[in-house]
Amino acid sequence: MMEFKAEFIQSSNHPIRFDETKCIGCHRCAEACQVDVMIGFEKGKPPVVMYPGECWYCGACVMECPVEGAIRFRHPLMNQTKFVEVKQ
Amino acid sequence: MKEYRWPYANELNEKEYRKTDVLVLGGGVAGCFAAIAAAERGKNVILVEKGSVIHSGAAGTGFDHWESACTNPCSKVTPEEITKAYVDEQDHYSNGIAHYIECREGYDRLADLERFGGKIRDTEDEFAGAEFRDEETKLLFAYDYANKFTLRVWGSTFKPALLRQLKKLNVTLLERTEATALLTEDTPEGRRGTGAVCMNVRTGKIEVISAKTTVLAMSRPARIWLYNPDMTGLSEFRPPQCIGSGHAMGYRAGVEFTMMEKSVRGEFSAAGRSIPPYSTGNNHNTWYAATMVDARGVEIPYLDRDGNELKTVSERYYPAKGQKFFLKGGVIDEPKYEYRGPETMPFDELMKRGYRLPFYADLSRMPESERKAIWGLMVGEEGKTKIPVYGNLTERGFDPEKHMLQSYGTGWQSASFLDQERQLFGAPGGIITDWDLKTNLDGIYACGDQLFAMDCAGAACATGYYAGRKAAEASDTIEFFTPDEAFVENEIRRLYAPLYVEDGMDWRELNSAVSKLMQNYCGGVKCDDLLKEGLDLLNHYRKTAVPQLSAKNPHELMRTHEVLDIMDVAEMILHACLMRKSSSKPLCFERSDSDQTDPAEDQRFITIRTVNGVVTEGSIPLDYFNDPKTEYEKRNRNYIEDRK
Repeated sequence: MMEFKAEFIQSSNHPIRFDETKCIGCHRCAEACQVDVMIGFEKGKPPVVMYPGECWYCGACVMECPVEGAIRFRHPLMNQTKFVEVKQ
Repeated sequence: MKEYRWPYANELNEKEYRKTDVLVLGGGVAGCFAAIAAAERGKNVILVEKGSVIHSGAAGTGFDHWESACTNPCSKVTPEEITKAYVDEQDHYSNGIAHYIECREGYDRLADLERFGGKIRDTEDEFAGAEFRDEETKLLFAYDYANKFTLRVWGSTFKPALLRQLKKLNVTLLERTEATALLTEDTPEGRRGTGAVCMNVRTGKIEVISAKTTVLAMSRPARIWLYNPDMTGLSEFRPPQCIGSGHAMGYRAGVEFTMMEKSVRGEFSAAGRSIPPYSTGNNHNTWYAATMVDARGVEIPYLDRDGNELKTVSERYYPAKGQKFFLKGGVIDEPKYEYRGPETMPFDELMKRGYRLPFYADLSRMPESERKAIWGLMVGEEGKTKIPVYGNLTERGFDPEKHMLQSYGTGWQSASFLDQERQLFGAPGGIITDWDLKTNLDGIYACGDQLFAMDCAGAACATGYYAGRKAAEASDTIEFFTPDEAFVENEIRRLYAPLYVEDGMDWRELNSAVSKLMQNYCGGVKCDDLLKEGLDLLNHYRKTAVPQLSAKNPHELMRTHEVLDIMDVAEMILHACLMRKSSSKPLCFERSDSDQTDPAEDQRFITIRTVNGVVTEGSIPLDYFNDPKTEYEKRNRNYIEDRK
């Protein structure tokens, strides 16, 4: 039978990073992601973000994460809106 | 490249046959409501969703405002008034059926969402006393505070609530499963839909589902012109899952579409061409009516439709003297005078008067309730804002009382695109239906953004429920058909083919080529010669590139199938453009080989479908839906009675 292989596909961006000291490896984030960008290989360990370039940046992974701060999620640098102090 | 073993079961060549009364393809808000409507009527229902229902679809992580809720207890407008306004506003290239359903039943769906556990009113009295709050019902309103037909809602609670209800109603959920082809049967009465073929995108397993009726709820196409292989997920506004596969399979099966020649110059693509729309300072949609200032901190004036400067923040939310109501939100960009609401001074005028770029949204100058409604409620509950915008900017130190957020470009799109960088946006083309939301093929219904000239999550919920209800009613009189085995085998061969190609072409390369083709041959200005060249090149790609496509696992296979669907949609668009022989302003359609714009004989819906594989043109008059109230009430007596 044909064997499937997963290959990490590089992107210039890293939408999702895990804090391994906080992540409990439940993989709820991977299951909530509609784009299926993550693969959870081993329970207890964070999933692998296999397809970072496919991320839609919706934040569903963080919304479903049971541990605050376990996922660091951020827009690509070029998409981070600038803000300044009010002038009045 | 780091390689991993595939962690999911390998179910290649495994095939499961299922039967159901109603099959719903697509599990966004429209599909969920379709499934709920059918299940509430006692039908067996299967819902097929490529992602995971809890947060899938364009409104998967939320939406902040619900348009056209004309029957809410505080509304001062009627469904007839707002439907007419939308149809007029879109020069009658509008879906009067879907708009009326939205206006008439939308609030019923909001009430359903509340019953399912979603939050639709200010139960914690966070906004007590605010001008946009009705103290009795605790409903919050946006835009037109006098007429109260757009509600501010807590949309991030909606998909989890819908999922709970689907489970409660025992709907069979096939998640991580892509629908790839419609099953049809040619009967003496014509072709009818009889189910669908699907593939699990983690295991490769095939599902062959026979259904009495099928509801298409798979959103609208994307990545036709705009594609970035490095940031596929940000190529367009909608999720990468919503790619137009429903359009492609409908087109192949013979479903009739209209307005597919309409495309607009790009508005959203956060893959380098714009900043994510809700994350910037602006005054549209989610951010209406934010106080805007220029680089010096000088406030930008809001004007009424006659150009009179408005002195207070409150005045931005009321119709002009003598105006019944105004339109704002999703598809409303530069409305006609009759429906135009307060707006900031036009950009050119601001430049003439010496206002300086960049502009900012300065919420610190707004009353506290308005500031909190924009930053915290709207930005927070709108899709892709709770974590990516509200959360991330708060983490970076943004405080709306102390900071102002920059605006990019000249408008709310936060970018500038070239004319050939186009999108299906702003009420684009899609499936045309009758008053039952039934397509030209018996047994197949459509809802949400798969319908032509559709927009807004509230409309998706309302049309989804309606299509599910009609599909359920129709299923009573329909028998199952046995799937055509030859068709199924052929489809499986098509689906699996890229697995057997080694060192072939990656789906991204073909998507890039098709998008470039569309920019080159179907850009801002069209002509027959270019469009035909485009079709020729597309056929060349079918012959030469498609057989080279290669995939290593079901996930890559899914992405590859999506690009094949993008090619079918591109073909449909090229043909639809060839069919319209003159330029058209409402359809944003410009021809260099015609000197006519909107001549009387071309003011109609041109339709496109395939008949036994042959592309076929049709024509339907504008306003074919007749008087909405009469037509609706004729067909929905039971629903009206039940609501009493």
